[in-house]
Amino acid sequence: MTAIRLDGVTLALGGRIVLDTVDLRIGEREFVGVLGPNGAGKTTLMRAILGLLAPASGTISVLGAPAARGNPAIGYMPQSRAALAARLTGRDFVAAAVDGHRWGLPRLGAAGRAGVDRALGLVGATALAARPLGELSGGERQRLLLAQALLGSPRLLLLDEPLMSLDPHRQRDVVELVRQLQRELALTVLFSAHELNPLLPALDRVLYLGGGHAAIGTVAEIITGPVLSRLYGSDIEVIHLEGRIFVMSAGCEIERDEHRHDHA
Amino acid sequence: MLDYDFMRTAFAAAGIVAVVSGAVGYFLVLRGQTFAGHALAHVGFTGATGAILVGVSPLWGLVLLTVLGGAGMGLLGARLAERDVAIGVVLAVSLGFGLLFLHFFTAYATQATALLFGNVLGVDMPTLWTLLGLGVVCLAALGVISRPLLFATLQPELAEARGVSLRLISVLFLCVVALAVAECAQIVGVLLVFTLMVAPAAAAQKLTTSLGRGVALAIVLAVAEAWAGVALAYWTDWPTSFWITSLGGIFYLAASLAGARSRR
Ligand SMILES: Nc1ncnc2c1ncn2[C@@H]1O[C@H](COP(=O)(O)OP(=O)(O)O)[C@@H](O)[C@H]1O
Ligand SMILES: [Mg+2]
Repeated sequence: MTAIRLDGVTLALGGRIVLDTVDLRIGEREFVGVLGPNGAGKTTLMRAILGLLAPASGTISVLGAPAARGNPAIGYMPQSRAALAARLTGRDFVAAAVDGHRWGLPRLGAAGRAGVDRALGLVGATALAARPLGELSGGERQRLLLAQALLGSPRLLLLDEPLMSLDPHRQRDVVELVRQLQRELALTVLFSAHELNPLLPALDRVLYLGGGHAAIGTVAEIITGPVLSRLYGSDIEVIHLEGRIFVMSAGCEIERDEHRHDHA
Repeated sequence: MLDYDFMRTAFAAAGIVAVVSGAVGYFLVLRGQTFAGHALAHVGFTGATGAILVGVSPLWGLVLLTVLGGAGMGLLGARLAERDVAIGVVLAVSLGFGLLFLHFFTAYATQATALLFGNVLGVDMPTLWTLLGLGVVCLAALGVISRPLLFATLQPELAEARGVSLRLISVLFLCVVALAVAECAQIVGVLLVFTLMVAPAAAAQKLTTSLGRGVALAIVLAVAEAWAGVALAYWTDWPTSFWITSLGGIFYLAASLAGARSRR
């Protein structure tokens, strides 16, 4: 069965077309890296899969059913912002997502507590979770967010830029952890990122977004001069060097520059 | 001091309002919406003075306008509720209208002082029952929304994906805040609602990282602040609101110091 299927999907935000008539099939148990420049529509695509944004045209189906809000089969890790509740423990933060859509007091039953324990255990954050969020490093916080996404045993994980503002070492840890969980739990993973290289060891396929278009395939098929030139709408050169891949435009590395821009 | 009826009523009123303020204030601080709470109090001032002008109890004018203001802020969106300038303007205009209404009213000075700075010693039995009734409604509503409120506060995008309406939660919560503000204004006045709604909650968040303990501690601190303030006012004959605000400041300062030390 296909995990995610887009047929002729156009996504628009505030009258602007972000993705234009995109067709897409993602199989179950695939690890797909979602790449593309800033503003290419990675977040928008994930929100559409979650049912938070209705397509302007076309249909999206998720695990055989039309995309709809509140689908318990999807685990979602939003692009992280500055943590508001810096004084709250990681455990309370993760637990807030357990049945969080139901009215009532935020009290966990035995099943809820077991679910939180399991999720924290999966990402190796059991000890971390006792500490307040504000005292954790970026990588530690990402692990808690991942635990939160794993609550309720989803079959599909949408991870939006989990590597943002992590150093290369931590980036590798996060990618490895997700890859391992994906295999253990038989998950389909959409993992968006700025940079391709940290994802290379884990990827089954890449989904590259740019200029309103999308291209999906293996790294060898997609990360090529002609395909990326079409997506970026400018001349792109792809350089392979010591097992790493550099996407260059007019002699500058594209992803690297964007990363810098992002933190400026 | 408890031999006097008006003192017993004052303690009861201060206690009821402090419990409500502590609990609601915890979430207000957690959401970073304290300024919105402050603005609602000023909107309430217009309501109270308007009510006096047309010969209705100022408490009901206060309740009506704060709840309308809260719902309005929630509907206009979370972003607007956090926009300091817009809130500041609304706040000033409200105070201006309140002033105008008072101008038409003859017993100007005492009413104005009571509304602006509170008059817990002047609470009569009917008002006490009203405070109790409103307090119960307010806490019950908070109890019903607390789980999705917490989820929406800590992880808005994920909450939305799970089917929580962020706007509905925001509107309902600001209505709860509005009721708490109206209550609070009876004790410490519209200008000083911060002292019962924000100081204890902020102190509690510095002292504990657990959510449940945080809410409980905020309530305990608010009640301690309010009761000690009433008692000190009785012994010194200085204004109650002076003592309550001073204690609020001291609690917050002490909690900041204690919190900073425990983190070292
Ligand atoms: N609320 C909005 N209204 C209009 N345009 C938006 C809105 N949110 C995002 N956009 C635009 O939609 C495009 C896609 O954004 P996004 O999906 O966040 O990209 P990415 O996640 O790949 O960086 C961007 O050009 C962005 O500026
Ligand atoms: Mg994004």
